[in-house]
Amino acid sequence: MGTEGSQVQSLPGMQVRPLKKNLYEVAIGPAHPGSGHMRILVRVEGDVMVEVDPDIGFVHRTMEKLSEGRDWMKNIPLFERMAILDACNVTLPYVEAVEKLLDVDPPERAKYLRTLLCEINRVASHLYGFGIFGVFLGHSTLYMWAFGDREVFVELAERLTGARLTHTYPMFGGVRRDMPDDFGQHVRKAAAYMRRRLDEYAKIFLLNPNIRSRLEGVGVVSKSRAVELGLAGPNVRASGVRYDVRLAEPYEAYDRVDFEIPIYEEGDSLARAWQRVEEIKQSLSIMEQAVDWLEKHPREGFVHEKFWKTAPPIYKKVYAGEVPYASKYRVKMIPLYASLKVPAGRSFARTESAHGEITYYVESDGKDVPYRVRLVSGSYRNVIAFKYVMPGHRLADLPAIYGSFDYFPPEWDR
Amino acid sequence: MSTSAQGIVERLRSILGLTPEAPVEQLKGYVEVSVDPASLRDAAAKLKAAGFDHVKSVTAVDYPDKKQIKVIYHASSMLDESLSGYVVGLATSVDRDNPTVPSLSGIWVSAEFQEREMYEFFGVNFEGHPDLRPLLLTPDLAAQRPLRKDFKVVEEDDYLKSTYEEYTSTKRWV
Repeated sequence: MGTEGSQVQSLPGMQVRPLKKNLYEVAIGPAHPGSGHMRILVRVEGDVMVEVDPDIGFVHRTMEKLSEGRDWMKNIPLFERMAILDACNVTLPYVEAVEKLLDVDPPERAKYLRTLLCEINRVASHLYGFGIFGVFLGHSTLYMWAFGDREVFVELAERLTGARLTHTYPMFGGVRRDMPDDFGQHVRKAAAYMRRRLDEYAKIFLLNPNIRSRLEGVGVVSKSRAVELGLAGPNVRASGVRYDVRLAEPYEAYDRVDFEIPIYEEGDSLARAWQRVEEIKQSLSIMEQAVDWLEKHPREGFVHEKFWKTAPPIYKKVYAGEVPYASKYRVKMIPLYASLKVPAGRSFARTESAHGEITYYVESDGKDVPYRVRLVSGSYRNVIAFKYVMPGHRLADLPAIYGSFDYFPPEWDR
Repeated sequence: MSTSAQGIVERLRSILGLTPEAPVEQLKGYVEVSVDPASLRDAAAKLKAAGFDHVKSVTAVDYPDKKQIKVIYHASSMLDESLSGYVVGLATSVDRDNPTVPSLSGIWVSAEFQEREMYEFFGVNFEGHPDLRPLLLTPDLAAQRPLRKDFKVVEEDDYLKSTYEEYTSTKRWV
């Protein structure tokens, strides 16, 4: 790394190299405890950043290539590995894109179940982001609180799907299973708990004068700048842009539940933090509405008839309650999925994941594996902001800006 | 949806000044417009002026049979709510042996990193890109154009290799 004759100074997680008088290159990462697996090359003049080059790709797993060699169904567990904390949101557009090619519309109940898990994931993911944000700013209490409270939502997801993180819940034409009988009461309890906790978060973190002084007016992205850079998700809404896929092109049950899109005009790091608090509140409300609907309606039809009719009798008996679940009979995958061939065509689907909009372009040539899958996640759309927003700030502001964008390296590197 | 989707096709034709025979396809989830590489930048500028303010996804698809690589820019709008429900795919096809496409990152800054990614995975050369270098891969691996169809994924076997030379011979990079 060092050039001849220059002194290389190493700090924990950083290497510093003088380029010329008063101009230094600081390499942050790729194994920084807060940043995740990503390196940022920063050129500083004094301690003001003049050039920032996000160097990503340290956890790249070539998912787009791997998907071209796997069955359509097996790609769902593959893709959810890019953001296991947000597994339903990141696989849903793939499932939707393939459903468009299959010309299959999932039953109403499946749509509500997907909406429910998407919102559980969104809350869990925002809390994860908060925890990391706390670490970045040296606020270890928030880290402990947010990760502890995230467990509530991870356990909700486990009750619903059977898995804490990698649920593989949405499938083509429906979902993998229905919700347990007592799920509604757990959701309501979790929502009431989280609403109370958010007030405490505000007291200890967002209204804390130390934290505010580090976030307020730092990393300001104007409305037009946010659109020009193509930022996604809560970050663009914190800059005053009224754009949310749930609003622009409603998917699943989002056009039938009642929710608001919170917007902040300031566009600074503090606004991005508050934005996530408001979004958690909306998500809690959507979760409650979804379980209300699911409790009122009969427990049937969570997979499209095209697939359900090929299910083995034991599968149907378990869901009809004639055979106790988890007895000696194991419920297996509906056979049609294993031999699924998708008609040739091209489709595009998008959803709003916790880190921002996620889009899939799926192309099929009629075989049992995809011809091309292109996926662009919210974290990637946000990483460009580091290059354009950070210069002009002091090096000490880097963690505040980085944390406020809720950037999640494995989601982009995929 | 179907009537309004027809509306967006008509609107695109008037934005881009296309003749009725020009290829505008209503696909599942987006509308695809195909243009020549030479008129790509012009078409993008017209779309941007009409309100398509950002690029969601830059996609390249390899067609070895047709000896072509297709590059698609999926653009949409955040500020104009009458457009934000639609995604427009601006597509162009180039020769597979020498894929050169004019860069649109001067028009849509949001395309900058994704063009770098398509450059490393497909070898598509984006003319006029401000900073065209590999983004995710090492230069050795990027030189092999891993997302092209003729790059075959070799799975590593489970057995431990007895020598270091044998081990590294199974790697595609150093």
